[in-house]
Amino acid sequence: MTAPLASDPGPPLIELRGICRHYGTGEALVRALDQVDLIIRRGEFVAIMGPSGSGKSTAMNIIGCLDRPSAGHYLFNGVEIADLTQDQRALLRRHYLGFVFQGFNLLARTSALENVELPLIYKGVPRLEREARARAALAKVGLEGREHHDPSQLSGGQQQRVAIARALVGAPMVLLADEPTGNLDTHRSQEIMEVLTRLNRDDGITIVMVTHEEDMAAHASRLVTFVDGHVAQDKMQTERAR
Amino acid sequence: MLWEAVRLALRAIRRNVLRSFLTVLGVVIGVAAVIAMVTVGQGSSAQVRADVESLGTNVLVLRPGKRMMGPSATRDVSPAFTLRDVDALRGLPVAAAVAPTASSSLTAVYGNANATTTVTGTDSQYFAVSVWPFVRGRSFTEAEERGGSAVCILGETVRQTLFGNTDPTGEQIRLRNVSCQVIGLLEAKGASSFGSDQDDIVMIPIRALHRRVVGNSDVASISIALAGGVSSERGIREIEALMRERRRIGADQEDNFSVTDMKQISSMLTGISNVLAGLLSSVAAVSLLVGGIGIMNIMLVSVTERTREIGIRLAVGAEARQVLTQFLVEAVVLSLIGGVIGIALGLGLAVVGARVMAIPFIPDPLVILLAFAFSALVGVVFGYFPARRAARLDPIEALRYQ
Repeated sequence: MTAPLASDPGPPLIELRGICRHYGTGEALVRALDQVDLIIRRGEFVAIMGPSGSGKSTAMNIIGCLDRPSAGHYLFNGVEIADLTQDQRALLRRHYLGFVFQGFNLLARTSALENVELPLIYKGVPRLEREARARAALAKVGLEGREHHDPSQLSGGQQQRVAIARALVGAPMVLLADEPTGNLDTHRSQEIMEVLTRLNRDDGITIVMVTHEEDMAAHASRLVTFVDGHVAQDKMQTERAR
Repeated sequence: MLWEAVRLALRAIRRNVLRSFLTVLGVVIGVAAVIAMVTVGQGSSAQVRADVESLGTNVLVLRPGKRMMGPSATRDVSPAFTLRDVDALRGLPVAAAVAPTASSSLTAVYGNANATTTVTGTDSQYFAVSVWPFVRGRSFTEAEERGGSAVCILGETVRQTLFGNTDPTGEQIRLRNVSCQVIGLLEAKGASSFGSDQDDIVMIPIRALHRRVVGNSDVASISIALAGGVSSERGIREIEALMRERRRIGADQEDNFSVTDMKQISSMLTGISNVLAGLLSSVAAVSLLVGGIGIMNIMLVSVTERTREIGIRLAVGAEARQVLTQFLVEAVVLSLIGGVIGIALGLGLAVVGARVMAIPFIPDPLVILLAFAFSALVGVVFGYFPARRAARLDPIEALRYQ
């Protein structure tokens, strides 16, 4: 067992400085994020909590390069991201980020293996290597033997594990999970959390996870709470809950 | 990457076979129509060319009455020609062979079998003018021609009706009340450019027809094969001059006969079939356009339906260009599949059409290639707009789409 990585003051991997995200204009202006500062270091497992509309999902979208901030600076691994074009952000997602969504977002009528291969197709990995890596990723989340099942033939927990395999098959620096257990019962949720915890602990993958369940947040090494577009609370957690 | 896109497109198409098929139906019909039209059209022009050759290279046909085109034009009451006209024409140096014809429709009987056919009176030069070889037997002798003997030569259709598989030469058939000995059998010629069966015929010496069948001495038409090196224009000029003189037509009077260059007729027929093929092809082109719009419509539906899929692809790192390629390739693959089915269907229709119309089946590789390229073009043109729409989706919106 290594010491909690959060206590290791490595270089910032994700650095948000004065990030604002506004929707609408004039009277209808909504400040979804207002002057957010947040630094996440390599190897951390950060849980983001907060009530609905607190800006936690918006922050995830910005961290995930799916959205652009209205103002402020976002440095990923020391590189300014805020000004990148859509395609440049796509390349960043392709090479450094992995996503896990609440609704799994697997391709329907497409086998687990092919779903996991998807990011590698865009990376231009040759077919045989792609398949081998996808199989390995599925094995890592405990889904050997389910390679050729369609999402419709898998349980919710299994679908989410396919999604996790897809997120990590490209060996990303950060895994972003947006309410990964939101659609699952307690037992399945625990399984998913065990997988995420293991990936963080054994493989050193940095994880940022949005959740509104305290039980799930308890697995993280650090808990950030959003309220009204601000970071209201940011605290390290002991290993007790993990 | 392109191969990946094609594989992906094929999978998307397979996922909804029925819809994919209905989508490309317009392209299938359009391509099939164009291919069938062009192939049948080329077959029929080849047939017309073959007919022209079977008429002999430079054949003029002389008929009483004013100029007319085609077989069913009404005739006026100008006097018929006579065998003396034929002799006079034989005296012209431009004429290599001259054959008179006169016909009557009647029933030929052999044993229990009978056939309603055309009995044509002519002489042995006819077979030279019309380049019509014998399968068996011989032509009329000079003596038979002069004496109007009761001998006859059968076309293939009449032979089959009357004799089945037995050899008819030497047998006697009855034409009305004339008993006639079969002396020859002509090669099958098939349908004419006008669609009539040229083998449904019995030939007898023209004097025999005059004396024993019709009871007059009219010559209904005269076919003239021009001598080598003589142009149609010169032949027509000399023949017209001779006939005007013989029929005593004044300088201010119009001809009461016509000279038709068979080449003109065939070129006219070719022209007609080309115009028809052109018209039908333009209808088919409209069908292709409609087919393209069908593809665009379904691709737009598909983009909307697969918004989430696009979102997922964007999230895992697809560039807009790659999403565009994916949907564009899908549209092109779809319309190419339609094009291939259409080509197969069109060739199939052309085979059937060629058989029904008794014309040769001549597929044109260039036209097939063009149809293939055109269906790809339809895919690109009508697939571009939906594909661009897919590529411009915002990943967050797309992922949120239900």
